[in-house]
Amino acid sequence: MSAQPHATTKPNRTPPATVEIRIRRRENTDAPQYWETFEIAYRPNLNIISCLMEIQKNPVTKEGKQTTPPVWNMNCLEQVCGICTMVINGKVRQSCSALVDQLEQPITLEPMSKFPNVRDLIVDRSQMFDHLKRVHAWIEIDGTHDLGPGPKMAQEDVAERYAYSRCMTCGCCLEACPQYEGDNYIGPQAIAQVRLFNMHPTGKMTRDERLEGITGDDGITNCGNAQNCVRVCPMSIPLTKAIYEENRETIVHGLFGWLKR
Amino acid sequence: MATVGKNGIKIAVVGGGLAGLAAAMKIAEKGHSVDLFSVVPVKRSHSVCAQGGINGAVNTKGEGDSTWEHFDDTVYGGDFLANQPPAKTMCEMAPAIIYLFDRMGVPFSRTTEGLLDFRRFGGTKHHRTAFAGASTGQQLLYALDEQVRRHEVEGKVQKYEGWEMMSLILDDHQVCRGLVAMNLKTLELKAFKADAVIMATGGPGLIFGKSTNSMVCTGSAVSACYQQGAKYANGEFIQVHPTSIPGEDKLRLMSESARGEGGRVWVPRAKKDVRPPSSIPERERWYFLEEKYPAYGNLVPRDIATREIFQVCLDGMGIGGENQVYLDLSHIPAETLDRKLGAILEIYEMFVGDDPRHVPMRIFPGVHYSMGGLWVDFEQHTNIPGLLAAGECDYSIHGANRLGANSLVSCVFGGFVAAPAAIEFAQNVERNGGADGNGIYEQELKRQEEINDGLIKQSGNENQYKLHEEMGKWMTDNVTVVRYNDKLKETDDKLLELMERYTRISINDSNLWATMALPHARHLKNMLELARVITLGALNRNESRGAHYKPDFPDRDDENFLKTTIAEYSGEGPVLSYEAVDISLIKPRKRDYSKGKQETTAKAAAGAKGSALPPKEGAPQVLSQDTEQKPKDLTGPVIWNQNKEEVRDVNQGQVETRRGQDKSIEDAGGKSDKI
Repeated sequence: MSAQPHATTKPNRTPPATVEIRIRRRENTDAPQYWETFEIAYRPNLNIISCLMEIQKNPVTKEGKQTTPPVWNMNCLEQVCGICTMVINGKVRQSCSALVDQLEQPITLEPMSKFPNVRDLIVDRSQMFDHLKRVHAWIEIDGTHDLGPGPKMAQEDVAERYAYSRCMTCGCCLEACPQYEGDNYIGPQAIAQVRLFNMHPTGKMTRDERLEGITGDDGITNCGNAQNCVRVCPMSIPLTKAIYEENRETIVHGLFGWLKR
Repeated sequence: MATVGKNGIKIAVVGGGLAGLAAAMKIAEKGHSVDLFSVVPVKRSHSVCAQGGINGAVNTKGEGDSTWEHFDDTVYGGDFLANQPPAKTMCEMAPAIIYLFDRMGVPFSRTTEGLLDFRRFGGTKHHRTAFAGASTGQQLLYALDEQVRRHEVEGKVQKYEGWEMMSLILDDHQVCRGLVAMNLKTLELKAFKADAVIMATGGPGLIFGKSTNSMVCTGSAVSACYQQGAKYANGEFIQVHPTSIPGEDKLRLMSESARGEGGRVWVPRAKKDVRPPSSIPERERWYFLEEKYPAYGNLVPRDIATREIFQVCLDGMGIGGENQVYLDLSHIPAETLDRKLGAILEIYEMFVGDDPRHVPMRIFPGVHYSMGGLWVDFEQHTNIPGLLAAGECDYSIHGANRLGANSLVSCVFGGFVAAPAAIEFAQNVERNGGADGNGIYEQELKRQEEINDGLIKQSGNENQYKLHEEMGKWMTDNVTVVRYNDKLKETDDKLLELMERYTRISINDSNLWATMALPHARHLKNMLELARVITLGALNRNESRGAHYKPDFPDRDDENFLKTTIAEYSGEGPVLSYEAVDISLIKPRKRDYSKGKQETTAKAAAGAKGSALPPKEGAPQVLSQDTEQKPKDLTGPVIWNQNKEEVRDVNQGQVETRRGQDKSIEDAGGKSDKI
């Protein structure tokens, strides 16, 4: 029951016979980076993952040199798990949704530059999950036993939260942020999660704990308003709006903190 | 490792999707320690791909829905192969599970009153599916990820992300004492002690090459358990989703919610009609599901929709004669579509390039879900003491076919049942010291190191990725929608050939740091073993039931096959046996989705009077003798209430009559359906 993938993407030029892919490689965390170029046969509707799979099967460079297969991370291939993020033709994005027919050749693939590079296209983004710990990105429920439904909410409010709740911690925002370097700034991802939980009727009750997480030297004030984050976010999350709202909230919070003393 | 107090309980959870996180959360909440193993960071697990929603009979729409009705739909949809008691418990727990996620902050879509909104899904007539846009799985997984992170901060959960389970550690009495896992960066193998192990590793879609599953869904860890003595049940029941988007690297899911919100499946009435869909007038379109199944229309269960679409294409009626049919949403206002289905429409747009708000989508069935899995009892224990399983990797709940939006609820339910069961087991087993002395940890670790070393040193001219492709093609061609015994036999021979060629693969990566080659080689071996279980289970089951369809045996055969297939590993391959299904609550009746369920229920009720008591243990089960279809002969619809008494429901009857008479678009859940 094999089905041919649809050939619906209309290329506006004659399809090329081959696809040329330049990959920025690294053997391990401590090794130097180097480039290798590969060439595979063109087929319609290829995405970057299919190209990498093709190279993996038979890792020979364009020059005919046998080499090690490049490694990368992949999972859902539907742009919802975030794992396959890399820099493609200079732009940070998910490789599963990067279609060859829409890319200029030769296609360059590089690992994200703001995170430790494990090997080839694999990076370690665990610092982003640490950020989520710091900002208490969760609702403090009393327990998982049956306590009936949650608070009533207007669809309008839900829709606003839904936009933030789609964040898949892919790291595009941090890669594109000119302020973020060496884990020096909590960044748009975590700030947007603070917004997500501070908007929730239950989450509001522990708002201060979350705000603590985004104040301090590496906190929200590091934002330089370049607005790159919102431009590269694959989920179109209103990151700059979150930063604006939370910046205001931290100021009000600071004021109240001062009054409390 | 998570900190364990003296004699404290530590449980290993393998897999960080919905089931694994649900179990981890419950164990941590009880104050015990969890070691959580996951190939990918848990937030990137396959559960994120679930789109449409989660079922629970909350009955906020005044439709007379009940948890019993949900239970009956589940069992009926599963063609009576599911053990009924756990399915009933799941349906009873479902509303509380939805409310819990609501409290955890999942942005479920709302009604104007601010209550949870529910939509329709396949195999039911009720609005029973809570949803968060069209990314419900993502939202539910994140909610659990957040709660587990909270426990992680408190030191109750230790995550091992980027570690893959290789095998169980069993003591001399075949009791599970822990596991061996491999660090995917360094390839270090390590033995982890645990008082109980919960498997929650999801499905085995990659056995079929391309499927709707994520790339981690190899079934490899479950296969390792099977090869160490765990029973694997109903392996032959593989759900092929009717609507996926064929791609080079995978088949992307197009959620059933598209039909739940009014999507219509059609092909041009004329063969090889090459006109664009918008210029084909209504009367020249063949809405074959609505025509053949007036009661459920486009919302027949997945196995039926898949077979119909498959057959239409086989008959040359697919669009342009190809393997594709239209799934049409273009009659629904774009604003409504964006609000209710935005996420999935974006996926289609992104990968195909057409806008489904204006152009009908082109879809074809794709391998999606395994109803089969590790055999478990009603508390999620496998047959290996100390080993439990939950979620898609266990076989319970769904029988021969899973209903849409029942997977998310069954994953969470499985985790919620497995957690206390594992704790109870751990409290009653001799812990820590019990197995320390006799070297079982070192032994298993050594065995795994030898397997890895063997693979690394092995050389030959076979390419492991090509073997995988070959396996996938054979499995997809012969062990999915339509199955013939000769083809199944040939497929098993092919699998044996692939296993033999596997001994001649070479790891084509001389750099072992973070290599993908060695883990894939380990997966491939395990996938081949499980592929045989699926294929031989199908070969042996000479009937058609749910997702398992043999044209040579077109009917359900309750007399011989109302039984669970059990596969046990032996050196020569799977050894099959059969186990009675617990049908103590609902008497099996014929599945017939051309009629409303009340009709079929009433018919079964008439035959079941006086025999509705659960069968005594060991007593032969009551099998349905009278499965013939009869014309509608009802004076009024009959439904069951929760006490299994017959009740008449006037409102229900009116709804039914209207639906029965009016085959308009509204009946198909179309535009005028309240959306």
